[in-house]
This record gives sequence, structure tokens and C-alpha cells, in this order.
Amino acid sequence: MANNQTKTSQDHVILTSEDFRKIGTDEKQSEVIQRESLSAWRDAWQRLCENKIAMTALIILALIIVASIFGPMISDFNHYTNDYANTNQAPSSIHWFGTDELGRDMFVRTWMGARISLTVGLAAALIDLIIGVIYGGTMGFFGGRVDEIMNKFSEILYSIPYLLVTILLLVVLEPSLGTIILALTITGWINMSWIVRGEMIQLKNREFVLASRSMGAGNARLIFRHLLPNAVGPIIVTLTLSVPSAIFSEAFLSFLGLGVQAPVASLGSMISDALTGWMYYPWRMLFPAVLISLIMLCFNIFGDGLRDALDPKLKK
Amino acid sequence: MVRYVANKFFYMLLSLLILISATFFLMKAIPGDPFQAEKKVSAEMKARLMEQYGLDKPLYVQYFKYLGDITTGDFGISMKKLNQDVSKIISDTFQTSLKLGLVAIVIAVVVGVLLGMLAALYHRKLIDNVAMILAVLGMAVPSFVFASLLQYYLAEKAGWFNVIGFDKPLDYVLPVIALSAQPIAFIARLTRSSMLEVLHADYIKTAKAKGLNWFTIMFKHVIRNGILPVVTYVGPMTANIITGSVVIEQIFGIGGIGKVFVESITNRDYTLIMGVTIFYGVILMVARFITDIAYVMIDPRIKLSGGKEG
Amino acid sequence: MNKKRLLSMLALILIVSTVLAACGSNNNREGGASNGAGKPAKAKEQVLHINMSAEPPTFDPGLAQDSQANTALKLMYEGLVRLDDTGKEVPAAAESWEISPDGLQYIFKLRKDAVWSNGDPVTANDFVFAWQRVLDPTTTPAPPYAYQLGYIKNANAYNAKEITDFSQVGIKATDDHTLEVTLENPTPYFLGLTSFYTYFPVHASVKNNAAWATDYKSMITNGAFNLTNWTTGQKLEYTKNDKYWDKDNIKLSKIESSLVTSGAAELSSYKSGQLDYAGAPNGEIPSDSIPTMKKNLPNEFAVKGIASTYFYEFNVTAKPFDNVKIRKAFSMAISRQDLVDKVTLGGQIPAFGFVAPGIKGVKDEFRTEYKDNFFQENYEEAKKLLAEGMAEEGYTTLPEVTLIYNSSESHKKVALAIADMWKNNLGVEVKTENLEWGVFLENRQNLNYQIARAGWTADFNDPMSFVDMWKTGAGNNDSGFSNAEYDQLVKDAMTSQDNAVRMEKMAAAEKILIQDEQVLMPLYYYTNVSLTKGNVKGISVNYSGAIDFSRAYIE
Repeated sequence: MANNQTKTSQDHVILTSEDFRKIGTDEKQSEVIQRESLSAWRDAWQRLCENKIAMTALIILALIIVASIFGPMISDFNHYTNDYANTNQAPSSIHWFGTDELGRDMFVRTWMGARISLTVGLAAALIDLIIGVIYGGTMGFFGGRVDEIMNKFSEILYSIPYLLVTILLLVVLEPSLGTIILALTITGWINMSWIVRGEMIQLKNREFVLASRSMGAGNARLIFRHLLPNAVGPIIVTLTLSVPSAIFSEAFLSFLGLGVQAPVASLGSMISDALTGWMYYPWRMLFPAVLISLIMLCFNIFGDGLRDALDPKLKK
Repeated sequence: MVRYVANKFFYMLLSLLILISATFFLMKAIPGDPFQAEKKVSAEMKARLMEQYGLDKPLYVQYFKYLGDITTGDFGISMKKLNQDVSKIISDTFQTSLKLGLVAIVIAVVVGVLLGMLAALYHRKLIDNVAMILAVLGMAVPSFVFASLLQYYLAEKAGWFNVIGFDKPLDYVLPVIALSAQPIAFIARLTRSSMLEVLHADYIKTAKAKGLNWFTIMFKHVIRNGILPVVTYVGPMTANIITGSVVIEQIFGIGGIGKVFVESITNRDYTLIMGVTIFYGVILMVARFITDIAYVMIDPRIKLSGGKEG
Repeated sequence: MNKKRLLSMLALILIVSTVLAACGSNNNREGGASNGAGKPAKAKEQVLHINMSAEPPTFDPGLAQDSQANTALKLMYEGLVRLDDTGKEVPAAAESWEISPDGLQYIFKLRKDAVWSNGDPVTANDFVFAWQRVLDPTTTPAPPYAYQLGYIKNANAYNAKEITDFSQVGIKATDDHTLEVTLENPTPYFLGLTSFYTYFPVHASVKNNAAWATDYKSMITNGAFNLTNWTTGQKLEYTKNDKYWDKDNIKLSKIESSLVTSGAAELSSYKSGQLDYAGAPNGEIPSDSIPTMKKNLPNEFAVKGIASTYFYEFNVTAKPFDNVKIRKAFSMAISRQDLVDKVTLGGQIPAFGFVAPGIKGVKDEFRTEYKDNFFQENYEEAKKLLAEGMAEEGYTTLPEVTLIYNSSESHKKVALAIADMWKNNLGVEVKTENLEWGVFLENRQNLNYQIARAGWTADFNDPMSFVDMWKTGAGNNDSGFSNAEYDQLVKDAMTSQDNAVRMEKMAAAEKILIQDEQVLMPLYYYTNVSLTKGNVKGISVNYSGAIDFSRAYIE
């Protein structure tokens, strides 16, 4: 129905002039299989590798993740000790990214912030995934009345503006890493459940599923052996694209003072803290802001690239 | 078609009821009471305040009274802005937000579509690359960072604009840029990909082959079909502009409903939080409702009984 | 194809119209008004531009309770007396007054040329009406500062419904221009109190209109300025009141206030020349930028101490702070100078007492007459005291200690810094926990804490405003502290007429509170940090940091 975003991909193959070429005189040669046969996954991977921009994004992302895990370790400083003799220091050979208003090392804090932001993004996406797959899978697999009721329920929930619910929840609950993730996932899983449902409905009537069923496979086997593995593509794409939106939402909540609370800091809360004084101490905003933008950028580009790679219909 | 719309409408109302109930009960679940202050309020005084705001009644009585009042547009009296009608605060400040939001929407659509079209027409050329880099940046930089940069460099440093305020037409420039950046980015990408699709579609090739001139092809077919997806973006865009506005109004000192919302959260002004939340909910749900309807009407690939497109 | 275009148009129109419909019927009122009243006056001279970080919650003097309303109401209203630059009471609505020898009766003679903005004369009955309204238990919502009138005979009893006959309350208008006030106890600071907004007169016509103070058009005021425009959440505009009796001394023709919350934006706006005044009490200079401002704008930058103390209080009923030596150890083990120099940055004054500077004593300031040398910071001594205290209680390790504070950027910074100092100087790990305001207060008031952040600002210019709160069972005594000697000293001070004796008693009480018992550890006395453009003169700030723009002018 109308809500399903995945429908926008084309139902037909696009042919451009580049798709046509003159066949040479030796027609027999054209019958020879030129490309070695590949599994769908290797095929997709190969297409992804050819997409230089997406690969760059992936590499940068990997570097950021590695740095956010190991970055704080290579420094002599930690992210919470105040040093009042060295507040608001500019970047130097001692403090590579400078220090903040309490003299804490910005290099360590920036990577710790990235760690928190990524944790929020990944955890929210993962919870969305789990709930979405279970809920969507149930809807799609069983169909009928179950599907109808569950789908209506999710539609109603979906039409409640999620950010409002999130804000309300955080006003009521004490903002902490856990409650923020909880608040972000409260309606975030719905989109995922619809994707899964759509895939399930499409797949369960396919011949190979029928064949397996007629050979006596049970529901569990059908779901885990046949249906889910074949729906993995769209699920991964949705997953990838939901990480940056969770990170951005957390940053927005931080601006409202509802994000993670001190001494824990996310990139968003570091930027919010820096807003009052970045004109005098630009490094306090520069590093976290650049990093969060980079994360956003890379997840989005990589997600797009992944979608193109996994959707063979777009293959040129 | 009518059945479809009626159905959607019914579910919209149901969602609204859920939002109202959730808001109401969540606010009641907040620990402590709204009348606490650094200097202690006497128990007797507190009892009087509770009575005056009807908080001494059983929860279900308060709930049904609140529901009843809302249907008449009465959101109660603000707890921190003394004696002020929540509905009046909302209607006063929403006018400001509406002015800002509408300008931003128009700018976002015009600039976004233009950028997207240029990028599609000059596919893989410099313009395309520049437009797409801009679009990607627009989506990657948090709006409060962008707004803060604009404010510092263009208003405080260069002195071209007022740092704060929203009186003169010139005062619109910075907030509108900051607010429309993200929607522009999204619309540009949307337009570009759909234009590319259309440009490669068979009927355009046919039109070209028939020898129709470039302008006719562009305006009769390409642009018209290319920007259709933008209509379906109305719902998400409204949500974007609203959340954006919460930040932008705060930074530029604009007396809009977003600023009131943030204030009500920091002040724990429960009646105002509830009022603004529900009001936002209504706008967003209506926007989504319209998007749904428009989507079905416009996209010929979605067929409804009897509602087929020609 | 046409159908598609039509539909997209329709969709857009629908959105716009739903949105318009939702904002109700009074669409044009605000817009029309702002064009009518605001724009035409082009005169650049004598217009003052200020900022308030929040809209005053109310313009009703009887209901007000915050500094934003204070600033606004000082412009719009006038009480019986006014405080001048030096904090001295000068005639305002009252042209003279007499105080009976026993200090219990005040007779105010009102000036005859004072009028309301609608032309009615300001009479003694307007004061009686306003004060009765504040004390009336049926006023909605209940005036939070009713206790400010509690010095008047039977006022508290009337407010608490113990008596219902208002004629028993010590407020009488003997004729149109004579107001007679009888007090419960001799209260030397009562005269100054009448300059406070809760004591402002209110026009009797508001009686049946609860919303009168929510629309500038229905406000009737008697001050130097009228509120002439109010765009919710964005702008306030005050215009000189030509009916004001002292209008010849009012030089500003207009005061415009923006309403931006962010201190950074306020400062930015000041630097770009949009504002003439920035900072406390109505706004804020972000502490990050204070050092830079101090250096770059030395002639515009000002720090002024105000009668307000920032402190951490101990729960003296909970372990381990039921031991006075441990309390003393914690108080001694920090560096207050470092705290104000490196963390708060606002030029705050390290505090070793509870009564803040700026409060009147016998002849000079109380704090000058009685120094706050109740203890000294000494890390070695602190460690020794801690060890002794632990031995007394039989601890081998100190029980876990948690410091609670309410969520706010500045409280967070202080809490983290203090915890750090305890760790380094005393070797004690203290957990810091920030709580949402409501939860925080509930915990503090129910003695469900060990150490808690607190702040106290004087309600009136007398040490009593500080010592009174630590009486046994007093409403704001959240420490569990109860000391008979202390209670007696406060009681003696309250009933005495001799100012020197009063001060002596209150100083003795403060000594018990801080030096002997260390119920709280004072951290610093608050300051107002502000920036004023060089050509703006005549802004006056009183002992409590309240600001009066009414006599300001632009050179």
C-alpha cells in the first residue's frame, strides 16, 4: 500500500543507448558466456567494489570505528579528568585536538563522543532490526487476519510523530544512554517491519518456497533457511540508513538538553556544549562537528551504494 | 477512492487519540509536581494550586475533561506563563513559525527542484557534481551547527543581517537558509534521480524521435513528471521543517512555536508541553494524510478500485 | 496529466489551509497591533535595546516571582518607595512616611499627582486592593510570594484562612492618600520591602478579569513606562509614560527587549551593536567568553556582587555527614579561589560564610562588619579531621558519598570540579549525580541525599533573610539541622528593635551554622556579569542584583 517506500524501485528494465551494441560478425562468440557465474552475494560485492565512492565511504567509516575504539587508548589522557590549569587550550603537540572548558583532552573526548554516537546509532538500528524482523516476519509469513491486525497497529503507531514521543519519553524518564536508545527505537522499528513484511509476502509464494514446503519443511525451516536469507539485502540497506538518522536524532536531542548526560558525551552533546564559545575556541566545535558530518555522509553514501549493488534490476 | 480516504482519515483520528492519551499519561507519570521551586511552596499553597489546576481530581476525570476540552480547542491554562491560554500562546506563536516555515518550504522546493534539474540535465558534469556535493553536505551537517556558523559569520562578523530578531524582511534570510538547507538537499536528490529516470524513459525517446523541440519535451514531459515525487515528500518535509524550526527559532530568537516548545520543556510547563505536542501531532498527521492521498492519486502504479489514472 | 497537476496543487493548498485554520480566529490582531504601535517612531535617540533570556512568566505584580518579571515590573509600576542607586529608599508613590517609635506602625502619605495609565489617580485604596488580592486565599493562581507580605499584622493568618475579616489585617486606607500599615514585629527592613513588586499597587478594575495581565492592551500601570507591544516569545516594547508624575527625570523614550534564550546569541547581538546591554540579571554572558570579554571590552565589562550564595548542604542526619568533623573536612578540602577563577569564571567571590555581601548591617554592610572567616581551606587539616571523624564513627572506609545537583550546565561544571578536588585533596571518590529538577527537589526536601547543591538569594536587604531559613523545621531547611541555641538567637533578633543587637545575634547564629556545625559548605557569592555600551548611563542595580532601567539614558 501507500506507505511502502520500496515500491519506488522500477518494475521494468531501463534501456539506454549504451545497452545496445552492434553484434560482430561472429555470432557464435556471443553465445559464449563471458562472465563467470557468481553467487548473488559475490555479485553484489563485486558491484559494490566497483562503486568507488561507496567504497571510500566504507573505508572512512571503518577507520572512524577503529579510531573510536582505539583512539582514546593511544592518548595519555582520559575523557573525564579536569585540568584547570589547561582549560580551552588550542590544539598542540600535547593535546592534539586542544582542550575543553574543563581542561579535558578533546582528542580523547572526540573519539569517546564518536563511540557514544555510534553506539546510539548502531544499538538503535539493531533493536529496530530485531523487533522489525520478528514483527514484520510474523505479519508477512502468516498473512490473513494476523497480518491485517498487526499491520493496522503498526500503521497507527507509525503515524504518531516519533520525535514528539521521543521528547516526551525523555522528559519523563531520566536521560541516559539506555533511555535515549529506548526512546529512539520506540517507533523506529516500524519501517523495518514493513520492509521485512513486503519481502516475506513476495518470497513466500515463490516456487522454491513451495517446493520446500511440499517436501515437508516446517515453518521454522522455511523462515530461517529460505525466507530470511533471501530478504537480507533490503534489510541490510534499511539498517545502514537508519544508523545515521538515529545519530542525528540524538544530536538534536542533545541540543534540547535531552541527550546523553555528563560526564558521558556524544558528538551531538559536545557540539551543543561548544555552541556558546566556538568563536573563541573553534576547535571545540570543529572536531566533533566534522566527525559527525563525516559519519552521516559515509553512512548515507555507503547505504545508497549498497542499495544499488543489491538491487540487480539497476545493474547496467 | 472515497472509502480509501475515509479509512485513512479514521486511522488518523485514532492515532491522534493515542498521541493525546500517551502525552497525557506520560506527563502525569513525571515524578514530583509542577509547583516545586527552589524556595519551598507550603503544603497548603500547593493544595490550592492543585485545586486551581484541577489536579486534585481522579486521573480519569482529568483525562476525560482534557479530551473534552481539546475538541473545543481548549488546551487549558499554562502553568508557568500565568493565566495565559495555551491555545492563545500556540496560535500567536504559530503564526510566526508559519511565516518562517512557508518561506522555507517555498525556497526549499524552488531551489531543490532547480538544483536537481540542473544536476540531471548536466549529468556527470561539473554542475551535477557541485550540486550533489552541496546536497550531501546539506544532509550531513547538523542544522544547529550550520545556523550558528551563518549567524556568526554573516551577522556578527560581516554585519549584513541582524543577529537576532524577526521583524524586517532581511531578518528572514538567515533562518530561512538554515531551515531549508536539509529539505533542499533532499529535494535536489529526489528530483535528480527521478529526472534521470524520466530522461531515459521510452516515451521521451519517442518524443525526441518524433522531432518535438527541446522545450516542449522539457516542460510537457520531463519536468512535470520529474518533480512528481517531490509532492510525496510533503509529509516528511513538514516534519523536517518543524524539527528544524525548533532549533532555528531558538538560535535566532524568533518567537515561534518551536521556541515555546523548548521553553515549555525546560520550564516543565506541563499544560504547554501537552498542548504544543498535540498541535504538532495534528500538523504532522495531517501532512502525512495528505501525502498518502496525494501519493495514491499521483502514482499510477498504485491502483485502487476505480481510481485508475489515465 | 492535468489531473496530476491539479492534485499536487490541491495537496499544497490543503496543507496551507489546514495549517491556517489550526491557528484560530485571532489571526490579525497581533500583526495589526505591531504595525500600529511599533514602527513609525524613527527617532534613534534614547531608545534602549536589551534582551531577556525568557519572557516574563507574568506581568501581574501579585503573581510575579522571578527576575525577568522584576525587571519588567520595575519599569511598568511604582511602589510606595523606590530604591535609588545607593540602595536608599526614596519617595515614589508615597511622598513621605512616618514610622511609630515602636517600629510597628507606618503611615504613608501618597502623592496627589500620581495617576494610572488610564488617567485615574493612584490612591491608598489601590494599595489595599493589591495587597488584599495577594493575601486572599481565593486568588487564582495562588500568589507564590504572599509570604512577602507576612510582616503585616495578621497577614499570614488571613492568607491561611485563620481569620476571614480583612479589617483585622494591618492595612488601612484612612483617606484617599493616606495608607496606614501595622506590623506583626518591628521590622527595620520593611520600608525597603515596599519597593518590591509584590507590594506594587494594582488597579481595582482587574478584579473580574483573570487574564488582564496577559494582554498589554488591558494592563493599567502607574510606572515610568507602559508596555506597548508584546510579540509572544520574541519582543517586548516599553514606551515612556507621559502621565508619570516624574516624567521629567525619565530620559528614555522607549525600551525594546528581544527575547533570545541563548547567551551566545545575546552576546553576538551585543557585539554587533544590536543590544545596548547584555548579561545578568535578565540574560547571560556565556562563561566561556567571559575571559575574552574582560580582555577585549574592559570598559564595557562589569562584575557586581549580589546578595546570593551558592553552597552545598549536608544532610546532617545521614551517614557519613552526621559527623561534624567529616563535614568540616569536606568543606576545607577544596579551593574556592580555583573554582571561581577556573571553572565559574564569572568573577564570583569565594564564600566562607552564608550571608552574602551587599546586605546591610548596622552602619556598613553586614559582611564588612562581621567577616566570614569561619574556617580556612587546609588540605592537611582536612585529612586529619576526616581521619578523626572516621575514627569517631568507627569507619575503616568512608561510606560511599553521592553529590546531587539539578541538571544544568553550570551546576554540572561546579560539581565535577568539586568532586575532582575532593579526590585529589582528600582522597575521597565522590559520585556526582544530576537529577531532573522535580526529582532533585523532592530528594532534597525529603532528606534523601548526602550532599546537595543549593543556592539562596536574599528576599530583602537584611541578614535575617539568610539566617531565618535554618531554624528548626523552617520550610527551606533541607539539611535536617536543628539547634536550640540557634533558634533562640534568631528569635531574639526577630523581636529586637535595636539594630546593633539584632546584627550581633544574627552573626552569632551564623557562627554556629558555619564554624561550629558546618551544616553547609559555602562555595561562592554570586555575581552579575554584564556588558554595557559606553554611551549608556544611569542603569542601577540593587543589592540583590535586580536591575532598574527606568532612569537610564543614552549619551
